Amino acid sequence: MKTGLGLIKNLELSIGRIVEEAWAEPMGPTPFPSLTALREWDMKLLQRYKPFYLPFCDVCCLCTFGKCDLTGNKRGACGINMAAQQSRIVLLACCIGAATHTGHARHLVEHLIENYGRRMPLDVGGLNIQVEAPVTRLVCGVKPETLGDLEEILDYVETQVTHCLSVCHTGQEGSNLDFESKVFHVGMLDHVGMEVADIAQIAAYGFPKADPDAPLVDLGFGTVNVEKPVILCIGHNVVPSVGIIDYMKENGLDGEIEVCGLCCTAHDITRYYKRGKIIGPISWQLRFIRSGVPDVVVLDEQCIRTDSFYEAQRIKAPVIVASEKNCMGLPNRTNDPADAIVEDLVSGKIPGALILDPEKVGEVAVKVALRVAPLRKKFKAIPEVDEVLQKAKECRQCGDCRRACPQDLHIPEAMKAAMEGSLAKLSDLYDLCVGCGRCEEACPVGLQIHSFIVKAGEKKLKEETYKVRAGRGPIQDVEIRNVGSPIVLGEIPGVIAFVGCANYPKGGIEVAEMCREFASRRYIVVTSGCAAMTAGMYKNEEGKTPYEEFTGEFTAGCMVNVGSCVANAHIAGAAIKIANIFAKRNLRANYEEIADYILNRVGAVGVAWGAYSQKAASIAAGFWRLGVPVIVGPHGIKYRRMLLGRADHEEDWYVYDARTGEKVYVGPAPEHLFYAAETKEEAMVMIAKLCMRPNDTTKGRAIKLTHYIDLHKRLYGTMPEDIHRFVRTIADIPVTMKDEIIKILEEKGWKETIIPDPTLLPRLIRKRKE
Amino acid sequence: MAAEPWQTAEIPGPKKALVITKPEVVAAMIKRAKRPVFVVGHKAAEIDFDGGKLIDFIIEFSKKSGIPVVATAHMIGEFTKRGFKPAAFMPAVDIGNRLVDPDWAGVDGKGQHDLALFVGLYYYMEWTILSGLKHFAQHLKTISLDNVYHPHASWSFPNLSHEEWVKNLKVIMEKV
Repeated sequence: MKTGLGLIKNLELSIGRIVEEAWAEPMGPTPFPSLTALREWDMKLLQRYKPFYLPFCDVCCLCTFGKCDLTGNKRGACGINMAAQQSRIVLLACCIGAATHTGHARHLVEHLIENYGRRMPLDVGGLNIQVEAPVTRLVCGVKPETLGDLEEILDYVETQVTHCLSVCHTGQEGSNLDFESKVFHVGMLDHVGMEVADIAQIAAYGFPKADPDAPLVDLGFGTVNVEKPVILCIGHNVVPSVGIIDYMKENGLDGEIEVCGLCCTAHDITRYYKRGKIIGPISWQLRFIRSGVPDVVVLDEQCIRTDSFYEAQRIKAPVIVASEKNCMGLPNRTNDPADAIVEDLVSGKIPGALILDPEKVGEVAVKVALRVAPLRKKFKAIPEVDEVLQKAKECRQCGDCRRACPQDLHIPEAMKAAMEGSLAKLSDLYDLCVGCGRCEEACPVGLQIHSFIVKAGEKKLKEETYKVRAGRGPIQDVEIRNVGSPIVLGEIPGVIAFVGCANYPKGGIEVAEMCREFASRRYIVVTSGCAAMTAGMYKNEEGKTPYEEFTGEFTAGCMVNVGSCVANAHIAGAAIKIANIFAKRNLRANYEEIADYILNRVGAVGVAWGAYSQKAASIAAGFWRLGVPVIVGPHGIKYRRMLLGRADHEEDWYVYDARTGEKVYVGPAPEHLFYAAETKEEAMVMIAKLCMRPNDTTKGRAIKLTHYIDLHKRLYGTMPEDIHRFVRTIADIPVTMKDEIIKILEEKGWKETIIPDPTLLPRLIRKRKE
Repeated sequence: MAAEPWQTAEIPGPKKALVITKPEVVAAMIKRAKRPVFVVGHKAAEIDFDGGKLIDFIIEFSKKSGIPVVATAHMIGEFTKRGFKPAAFMPAVDIGNRLVDPDWAGVDGKGQHDLALFVGLYYYMEWTILSGLKHFAQHLKTISLDNVYHPHASWSFPNLSHEEWVKNLKVIMEKV
């Protein structure tokens, strides 16, 4: 450097990001936690909720030492045993899930910064949201204020996910419990990634901002006006859909074209554009494409059937792929003029194109839809009734379709009925089918069994016209203040989040029924993702969907749709905000204390009735580390391990009383951290049970016990056998059942205990007992 | 006898269930077991069996053999309706989790079981739970009494026709 004063050699100056400290709250103990920073907390959870392994495969086939036979917990060539191997695969799955959300977030943030600049403020609810990013604040210890601030957070998440992914390498980790701890770590990171993605898109795209009155939008196949050109968007990343909608609006085509979506991108379309239509969850992909309704199919990323390009070709619908993560083998036309791509797609010269510029996707998709729609005449891949009846005669009744069906549906019997001229049994299967198409792959004579089922259920399909509340985003601070006390004291019996995919055991109706049951019981019911759509595909006797029947405000007896999968972070965020806003616990990088608070005081339960994806696994893992139990449907048992408490192990259920330091038995509340229910009935009883927390007041516990006992009696036909574990004092007993319960308590040798100020963290004990 | 898992892609590993070719063998194993237990899933109330439901057969079977029943899911209600009191009711994952614990006191508090019979769960729930037991409950033998091949049990029927299955179960009932 040369100045008037002199010359300085070898001086390097670099100007990076200047951190302006605008957050007065003192820094907590674990900012940007490393892989082991929260290990002690994880071990406390894992001591109580020990993994029960359910190996999906007997061998390890990840390296060329093997395959290694790990049967009976034997060790493989690298030294790993079955327990660690199962945890390792769970970690791998969660890394995939977290990377998927984080990659999505990174793409969004980069794209939005390019369009709106780094300084764009993160307004996700105006004055109603002072804590705009509770998960990020809790985990990272920073308070993001602009789009640019999100980059540093993503840097951290990406680094940590990479470290965790590296742990899955051969010879990196030997203990199943350490793998489990890292599973929790990745789950926590996943929620940060999801939060970043959703607050960025809410702020930039003007999605509903913590709005309890977010508009009711159309849901279902029957809501699509098939007379118009139809663009179908599938996936999770709304950026290309925004390109389509903007192009339509800018060119006066708003209302001329139907823009509809499948899976989470559909939620985000309707958060951006009220005229957007949600067709349904992921399992509607095959049936909707084959229906021939879409004129153009636009694929972004995640949860897209990888045969969707092939399926779209069958109905002669051009395909545009719009993500680097999903190129489908198509030529990259990003740098070509839009009109040239349009010509090639309309003429059929190419069946599809990769376009990585979302604005160009918008222009091409709209122009192609307008020109292709009159030519296609809604060409279907679903046969007519006569053809189904005729083709069914080729069925050999070999049963391979049923054996391939994850639902074990009685397809051969339905085919036999079709051979005899009746589609009634195939129609019955429509409600139960998860739309995977495995039956067709298994059929030795190549029958289009899924299409037959859809044809048989066509009337039901076309009548699918429902309403769902557009994803509202976060929960307002004032709503948290209003419900914080009754939740923590147990007077609102619980917060239940119905999330996840559409891999339902007995059809989607069960999700809607569960939502309705608990909203009617004045629980706080929250939904997201495919589960939110499914919950809307139900009408009561007055013809109202649950979203029309119950309020969208976060309060007792509500039905709140937070939005797409990445909006799941707002559900974790609500639990965190209860600890922070209502209970005034420090939030900043104070993970253990907040999680301890939630575990012991916030009666929240996640339900993923159709969980199937790696993202669902990592979302669940984020809830576990926060102390929120997750119930999955029976297919969820294939996640390879459960985290189960043992109610019969009394020693597992002691907490410190923060007032005295004394150890107090609080009963198995909550009894499990991760749990697969066999039936809807079992899930409902368990939901009510897992909402109980050590800190419930006597009034709150009485209310929670009332629901638990009532559901148990109705669905099981008996009294629960473990009431004595949840009654701490006589005042806990529901008044209407007093005599009956006291008799049971006497038989069980029950003794009264105290209701402590519960914590698992010795450092939170205020005054130690001498 | 060769046996293939009922669900096409559920390819078993090196250790697969022995196939029950003679129902008498199952009866003998039950009689030999010191502490058997019967885990009954919700499908037992749905599956037709010899003019009634499978659950009716299980009740008779339990009464005759003295094997205690654990009802999973909401099955306790179905048993109660029929005037039968199972030894315990708990979620399927809970009974699986307890069966892997060598120190568990069993459904009657007298100690861990040495033989677990399974029937009536979703195929995939049963296969995963049986897998957990195969790998982590070395003290336990397991038998699937469903009419499909369960590769992770110690013993399982092959994929049987309904008629064959009914016949086999009746033989076991006779012999226990």
